[in-house]
Amino acid sequence: MTTDVQGSVTGDSIFRDPRYRAIFYQILVIALFVSFVWYVGHNTAINLEKRGIASGFNFLSQPAGFGIGIVLLMDYSSQTSTHLDVLIIGIINTLAVSISGIFLATIIGFIFGVLRLSKNWVVNKIAAVYIEVIRNIPLLVQLMFWYFAVLSVLPLTKDSIQIGENFLINNRGVSFPAIIPSNGFWLITVAFLVAIVASIFIRKWAHKRQDLTGQVFPVLWASIGLIIALPVIASLIMGNPFTVNYPEFGRFSITGGWSLEPEFLALLLGLSIYTGAFIAEIVRSGINAVSHGQTEAAHSLGLRPGITTRLVILPQALRVIVPPLTSQYLNLTKNSSLATAIGYADITALFAGTSLNQTGQAIECIMITMIFYLSISLLISMFMNWYNKRIALVER
Amino acid sequence: MSEAAMTQSDIDVAIQLIGMHKWYGEFHVLKDINLTVERGEKIVVCGPSGSGKSTMIRCINRLEEHQQGQIIVDGIELTNDVKKIDEIRREVGMVFQHFNLFPHLTVLENCTLAPIWVRKTPKAEAEEIAMKFLERVKIPEQALKYPGQLSGGQQQRVAIARSLCMNPRIMLFDEPTSALDPEMISEVLDTMISLAEEGMTMICVTHEMGFAKTVADRVIFMDEGEIIEQAPPTEFFENPQSERTQLFLSQILHNG
Repeated sequence: MTTDVQGSVTGDSIFRDPRYRAIFYQILVIALFVSFVWYVGHNTAINLEKRGIASGFNFLSQPAGFGIGIVLLMDYSSQTSTHLDVLIIGIINTLAVSISGIFLATIIGFIFGVLRLSKNWVVNKIAAVYIEVIRNIPLLVQLMFWYFAVLSVLPLTKDSIQIGENFLINNRGVSFPAIIPSNGFWLITVAFLVAIVASIFIRKWAHKRQDLTGQVFPVLWASIGLIIALPVIASLIMGNPFTVNYPEFGRFSITGGWSLEPEFLALLLGLSIYTGAFIAEIVRSGINAVSHGQTEAAHSLGLRPGITTRLVILPQALRVIVPPLTSQYLNLTKNSSLATAIGYADITALFAGTSLNQTGQAIECIMITMIFYLSISLLISMFMNWYNKRIALVER
Repeated sequence: MSEAAMTQSDIDVAIQLIGMHKWYGEFHVLKDINLTVERGEKIVVCGPSGSGKSTMIRCINRLEEHQQGQIIVDGIELTNDVKKIDEIRREVGMVFQHFNLFPHLTVLENCTLAPIWVRKTPKAEAEEIAMKFLERVKIPEQALKYPGQLSGGQQQRVAIARSLCMNPRIMLFDEPTSALDPEMISEVLDTMISLAEEGMTMICVTHEMGFAKTVADRVIFMDEGEIIEQAPPTEFFENPQSERTQLFLSQILHNG
């Protein structure tokens, strides 16, 4: 009998000791895994060489030579722009639809989750039908529905549906007036930022005042008021330093104004309505997970329903809601790659699609695309885990 | 009713239930409840489970709605009027079987939440009051812990302190010791006894007959939604009138 470092007793043979066995098997698994990865990598390299495909990332600086439907925030020309530009446009487009989708899905989800708990029979059933129908149809089919069955059958440009004078809906998307900044617009931007900073300070001040005097200050209304009023005042001071560019009927299409393309709209609607249904169920189960006794205790202390929800129910519901909500955010971001099906120019359609086909650099393109999705997902996870930790309960 | 009579009843009567009925759907839970509780009176309500004891006291602060009859608390009649419900809830404290502390807030925050948001008390003052009551229930040293870190008995004492922070004139106890381990029951009962000695008006649903004997001015026995019998404790335990009361007492005294 021998005694090891931890002071426990070792048996006759180290092969019958579970701790040594565990170490042995772990080494074995790692060795197998490493040799497998080496084998695959080596094999691929040899095959690529045989077929004369040059690997590497030089193709990123070659001109792309194809047109892109939706370009945001940068200039793109099919002659001079490179595959790297294509990659960046793809990333921007994916982020644009994912971020707005997460935002919209969260709003839809919270509203329908709460409605699903309503005692009002009609409201409750409407929420139930929405959730059950949307959850049980494949997302790809829903995207096709929005794109081919809803947005594509809207009227032609010349017969656009008009809401008011300047809001046009047709099969080319939705157009609305654009605000073009001119000299002096900076003051409006500054006023807006000042209003946001001021709101944060008002919140702090209101907290302090409540601690000292017990008076409650309507922070939300004050902030909304500031955020609207300050930029308006700034605009008046500078004599409205912007021009409004209204959408107009051109020869073939609508010119001027800002517009949202049907591909973007279909993807945004599809993703957020689909994910919203799942979020609604998560919100409902989160609120249900808070025992009714909590509400009763709060009510018996004289707390009003609104304050009870804000200070007692939601903080507890959120700790149940946040982890599955994170998965939904990740799902939405990854599902945005279904953009390919309806021709939205996201990273998968552009870079892992067109660029890959043109250059033949399959491994590089797919790798970069995968690394992109992985990084974004990990970022979302990290943020949500941080948030979750902040609201977690302390127990024992 | 004359003006003088009103004032008189305001002073003496804390709670009045007059011909109160309640149904859960078809099920008639409370049948013609008539009860007058005087200011400073301590009442123990007992009876088999499902007899409507909890439901009755939960009607008093509108956690349950009654469908017929009158409930008058502190001279305010309980109706659908939200303002009156608020007023009554501010005057009536309640302690629950399962404590119902807010697990995401510290003990101190549990105690200051309602004073700050309902009574609009400045934080420092609310904390001072809370500490005073935490000292009364003998756990000031736990103020910064979370409910999950306390034992059941401690949690229930925090719940009592939390209610007292609102300065209620009436306290309702809904089986406050039923969820506790035996060795923790006495610490909660001691707190309740000291509260009773200070003249708090109390209605207490409990099976602790020892508590009933020492503290209660009146014991009420309920069965199948009706008040079967009410009497001072000595009379109630020594000479119960109805057969159902006798049966009930023989059962719990055997087990207890």
